[in-house]
Amino acid sequence: MSAKADNNLRFAIETDEGVRIEYDLASPVRRMLAILVDLCCISALNSAITTLLMLFAIISSSTASALAIILQFVVTIGYGIVLEWSWQGQTVGKRLLRLRVMDMNGRKLVPEQVVLRNLLRVIDMMPGVYLFGGTVAFLNRNAQRLGDIAAGTVVIWHRERSMPALPTDDLVKYNSLHHYPHLEARLRQLLAPAEVDTLIHALHRRKQLAPSERIALFDQFANDLKHLCPFPIDAYENVSSEQYVRNCLDSITRQSRKMAARK
Amino acid sequence: MILDLENFIDRERPHWDALDTQLKRLQDDSAKVLSFEEIQHLQYLYERASSDLTRMRTFSSEEHTIRYLEDLVGRAYSEINENRSAGLFKGIWTLITEEFPQAFRDCRIARRLSLTLFVVGILFGALSILLDPMAKRVILPEQFSHLAITPEERVAREEKGEGNKGDIAELATFSTYLMTHNTRVSIYTMSLGVTWGVGTGIMAFYNSVILGAIGAEYISAGKAVFLLAWLLPHGSVELPSLIIASQAGLVLGGALIGWGQPVTLRQRLRAVRRQLLALIVGVGFLLIYAGLVEAFISQFHEPVLPYWIKITLGVVNLTLLTLFLTRAGQKKVSK
Repeated sequence: MSAKADNNLRFAIETDEGVRIEYDLASPVRRMLAILVDLCCISALNSAITTLLMLFAIISSSTASALAIILQFVVTIGYGIVLEWSWQGQTVGKRLLRLRVMDMNGRKLVPEQVVLRNLLRVIDMMPGVYLFGGTVAFLNRNAQRLGDIAAGTVVIWHRERSMPALPTDDLVKYNSLHHYPHLEARLRQLLAPAEVDTLIHALHRRKQLAPSERIALFDQFANDLKHLCPFPIDAYENVSSEQYVRNCLDSITRQSRKMAARK
Repeated sequence: MILDLENFIDRERPHWDALDTQLKRLQDDSAKVLSFEEIQHLQYLYERASSDLTRMRTFSSEEHTIRYLEDLVGRAYSEINENRSAGLFKGIWTLITEEFPQAFRDCRIARRLSLTLFVVGILFGALSILLDPMAKRVILPEQFSHLAITPEERVAREEKGEGNKGDIAELATFSTYLMTHNTRVSIYTMSLGVTWGVGTGIMAFYNSVILGAIGAEYISAGKAVFLLAWLLPHGSVELPSLIIASQAGLVLGGALIGWGQPVTLRQRLRAVRRQLLALIVGVGFLLIYAGLVEAFISQFHEPVLPYWIKITLGVVNLTLLTLFLTRAGQKKVSK
């Protein structure tokens, strides 16, 4: 198993079988937001402890303060350790922001990793507001703070990965490209996911374009698609450029829509 | 080569669903033990999904399915390559009774360096006080302001019972304060190992300078018995704990530096992680005991508690701790 960061915020692991799996790394800003949520949770828990023990203080104030010291210490130190262990790398803040701590080799987190990354937080937090850890994370290609480097972990962002839906009025009733399934498959193979996204966004925003610009843009897209994967002329004769793009997208995303519907 | 996506997904989908169901079952019940046939089937489903992912990525730009498969294969890989030996709390007994003393013995260089810093710090503190008694004001931090008086005054006050110790609940509060404070200091000392061990070294040195200064002052004032009775009961556990915390920090620093180790930083850190966990958890447990002893025994002096009892307790503590650290967990090593 090997792992490497592709660019700024991507992290990839390669399994022993040679399969590459890519993840989005959590940016330091997103992580800071998760930390703020967690700090709120810790202070809420500590306040709850103080309030409960104030009732107990009626019986014995010294025992109540002894309990308060020990419980608040346990909550402050143990919050991250217990939650990341039992929720597979997540705390409340990380769950809300769809972040997860992951072993750099794609394996499950082990206790020493969870404990180390949380204990080393005391250094990452120095000299306050995570200045040290934040700077290291900004400079590190895997956005790791010191605790992550020592523990061999990265924090990934589980982005909602569903493909942007085609506008409902763009759902194609008859698609002439369906007569050429082998060419549709070829088109799916050749077009990069990012290019598909661009085409879908162009369809979404087409009404914001001036008529002449809209025609020019979709002519350009259609020409590129025809050049990339030539279909017989029957497939697009008397079909406008915009409709051709729509047909292509229908061919590419049909399976995604089916899978999403089945889910 | 092209891919008939519709047929491909229709054909493979039942296998993906089966793998997904298996993984959910395993995640819901992590203690579940699979039969050999189930393991073989899980491996088969994982390899099949891996192969499908490779094909999808090569022959299709269908991002939705690729992401779905990436998530599925990633989860399966993590589950199949499970390397947790026991639960966090389940393995804690083994960690303290076996791995902690083993780690203490195994990390020899860090242990010797930590001990050397401790001894040098004590000598430095002692010499500072002996050469210039006014250095005490500089050496002692704010929290030790109660030691600003002379040893003679302190002993007289303590033996007259002037320092009110409070009831048992107040002692418990003091005890928990000591435990949490010392544990924080230990965590901090270990964590400073990320400064390539420099921060840990400074912390270890500074802590022992204070001890050396106080020790020299009391001994030169002829109050050695009081000093031993005051510090030995809890210090026999607390001071070794701080030395071990420094050892942990130096282990971390050593892994970061990696002199003479022809392996990558990640490999070096992976090699010491379990030892660091064992050392810091072991220190935590020792400090709980030290906190109890310090609050309930060390703070009481003659005539309430005879010095010989306190010194004997300290010697017993130190002997037992030495035996534990040098002998415990040897069975596993010999395997």
